[in-house]
Amino acid sequence: MGELRLMKGNEVIAEAAIRCGCDGYFGYPITPQSEVMETLMTLRPWESTGMVVLQAESEIASIHMVYGAAGAGKRVMTSSSSPGISLMAEGISYIAGAELPCVIVNVQRGGPGLGTIQPSQADYNQATKGGGHGDYSLLVLAPASVQEMHDFVILGFELAFKFRNPVMILADGVIGQLMEKVELIDQRPRWTNEQILEISGEWATLGKPSGRKKNIITSLELDSYMMEKNNLRLQSKYSQMKAEEVRYEAIACEDADYILVAFGSAARICQKTVQIARKKGVKVGLIRPITLFPFPEKIIAEYATKVKGFLSVEFNAGQMVNDIRLAVNGKTRVEYFGRMGGIVPTPDEVETALEQRF
Amino acid sequence: MTEEIIIAGFGGQGVLSMGKILAYSGVMQDQEVAWFPSYGPEMRGGTANVTVILSDERISSPILHEFDTAIILNQQSMTKFESRVKPGGTLLYDPNGILHHPTRKDINILKVEGSRLAVEMGNPLTFNMIVLGAFLKAKPVIKLENVKKGLEKSLPERHHKLIPLNLTAIEIGQENLVVVQIAEAGC
Repeated sequence: MGELRLMKGNEVIAEAAIRCGCDGYFGYPITPQSEVMETLMTLRPWESTGMVVLQAESEIASIHMVYGAAGAGKRVMTSSSSPGISLMAEGISYIAGAELPCVIVNVQRGGPGLGTIQPSQADYNQATKGGGHGDYSLLVLAPASVQEMHDFVILGFELAFKFRNPVMILADGVIGQLMEKVELIDQRPRWTNEQILEISGEWATLGKPSGRKKNIITSLELDSYMMEKNNLRLQSKYSQMKAEEVRYEAIACEDADYILVAFGSAARICQKTVQIARKKGVKVGLIRPITLFPFPEKIIAEYATKVKGFLSVEFNAGQMVNDIRLAVNGKTRVEYFGRMGGIVPTPDEVETALEQRF
Repeated sequence: MTEEIIIAGFGGQGVLSMGKILAYSGVMQDQEVAWFPSYGPEMRGGTANVTVILSDERISSPILHEFDTAIILNQQSMTKFESRVKPGGTLLYDPNGILHHPTRKDINILKVEGSRLAVEMGNPLTFNMIVLGAFLKAKPVIKLENVKKGLEKSLPERHHKLIPLNLTAIEIGQENLVVVQIAEAGC
């Protein structure tokens, strides 16, 4: 068993990054995720593992530093909160277009605009449907506990390199600020230059030995036929993600008449709602998408023929509910309940909403 | 066993750190714990609160509507949280600065004069540990030896010399808990 600690979600992002052998973090502070860089600066990993930690002059600079370092086959990441992620959108599109691996953490706060610093899930569409321009997808992981904040940094890097695609950890202010027990992995070494050459030598810019063609990192392709080919390659990658990487948790669904669908901290709240409703004799279950892209549409489609309805519970105006409706395809009722602007609903509030809608 | 607690008062009273020590102590007792603070533009003198959950089982929601115990350390928090104690639950408060004392009949009401005792101890910073002591007397959910271990874990090493002082403050809190009211049966 690894080391057991009591930590904040944000702090554990930093700890997990160092321990999994991350090469670099580039960021700019913003509430409610500033503890990520604060913790990195306190732990000073440049003295132990050699990991670079750099506060850039802006979010735009940090994402482009990630772009550059990822192009050299390094395991690099950034983190921010909603307005900062919007600033990074251009760079994220470029990284997806250039097919580079990296991990991007969004500890969401209420928007639009500068909004509020309180928790929100209003960046669901931005994370899963683009955010930047062009036909690209991020692989999006939604942690619901401090342990998952830790685990998804490690998983995030694995998936980023498996698909040569940016991975987003879509958390929110609740999980970022929450303290729970967490089991940490033991320190792993950073990749050596030889390992990077072996793992990413086919595409990364590591210095060209004679006899091999140049590796070029770019998202630019002025020949439209070639650009279409690039797009088709991206799309086949996204199809592969849909086939291989869907993750979800189903709680108390077997006998359920109604199923709540919620991700991240909303799913934690809904777990309690399930308990409250079942005490009252209402058979309620919960499906928690862990990957938001690829979305767990199959399991939802399966239950669509068995239940009287789904209730999507989100800290936004109803974004994931559209993906549930697509999966359900008219076979049963799909309703939405949520709060906006940084208000987090209580389990009782969700239970009342369920009663009112069904 | 699951104990859902809200600690609410002024920023600077040690509300968040009291919660953190309680959570660490829970970890030392092999419990599942959650610590969730109000966060935002709070500062010294503003309101601050933290939810602490201690449980033998996996904890579901860190966001709660009702609490088993509310530890209330100023009037604003009394106004906000008295109604959110579960029927049969416990409200522990420091009467210092409280203008409207709790009126519910269906909850246990306890008090500890933490502010006064801390001043008498000669160190106002021990206030939160006195209140923690009173809580542990009212609800012995954590063994004192594990609180000691929790203090060791949560305080940086350079502050370990203060642990005996904190333990004394906890004892003083335990000795000075006053029962104001036991919940009316059948409520």
